[in-house]
Amino acid sequence: MEFNLDWVFRWFHIMAGIMWIGLLYFFNFVNAAAVKEATAAGEAGPISKYVMPRALLFFRWGAVVTWIFGAALLGNYRGAGENGFVAAFLLHGAMAPIGIGAWLGTIMLLNVWLVIWPNQKKLLGIVPATDEEKAKARRPAFLASRVNTMLSIPMLFFMATGFTSQSQGIYH
Amino acid sequence: MKNPLDSIWGTVVGGFVLTAILWFIARWIVSSSLGSGV
Repeated sequence: MEFNLDWVFRWFHIMAGIMWIGLLYFFNFVNAAAVKEATAAGEAGPISKYVMPRALLFFRWGAVVTWIFGAALLGNYRGAGENGFVAAFLLHGAMAPIGIGAWLGTIMLLNVWLVIWPNQKKLLGIVPATDEEKAKARRPAFLASRVNTMLSIPMLFFMATGFTSQSQGIYH
Repeated sequence: MKNPLDSIWGTVVGGFVLTAILWFIARWIVSSSLGSGV
């Protein structure tokens, strides 16, 4: 039996990915509308206090773990004499589809850590912020989350089709 | 004009449109590389 860590990387990549994208979909399909209604009813406080900090913890670290295991999975792959990680990110040949997925996932990770999380910290009172700063933080946090939801659709398409031989026909 | 990202369904439709565009690009890259040994 040949020993290869491919299955471990793939397994943890998928588990962490479900954590990350599952929470992203929770924020966008469920929570945004729920917070809007709860705010109108003057009852949004518990969501901000008890739900969002926990959800954002698993969300942002789920994103990191997903990326690391995805990078390991690609790096572990050898095709046409080239490291899979390099070939994917340089969009070389048959690695281009999974490479586009990897780029989308990377943009989404950066969105989480550089836009969503810093602004959410202000909105949730995790860092001190004036009412004006909170008002300014709301729109970028919302739009970055929506951009990630939009990007997740092609990202998952390329994850599902880009790395398996049986799906390669759709690229020929 | 309203930003489609303000609506969850506008966001979803945007995702499918983007998928189609990127699929064409991926297909073009893969097809171009055939025969080049990559």
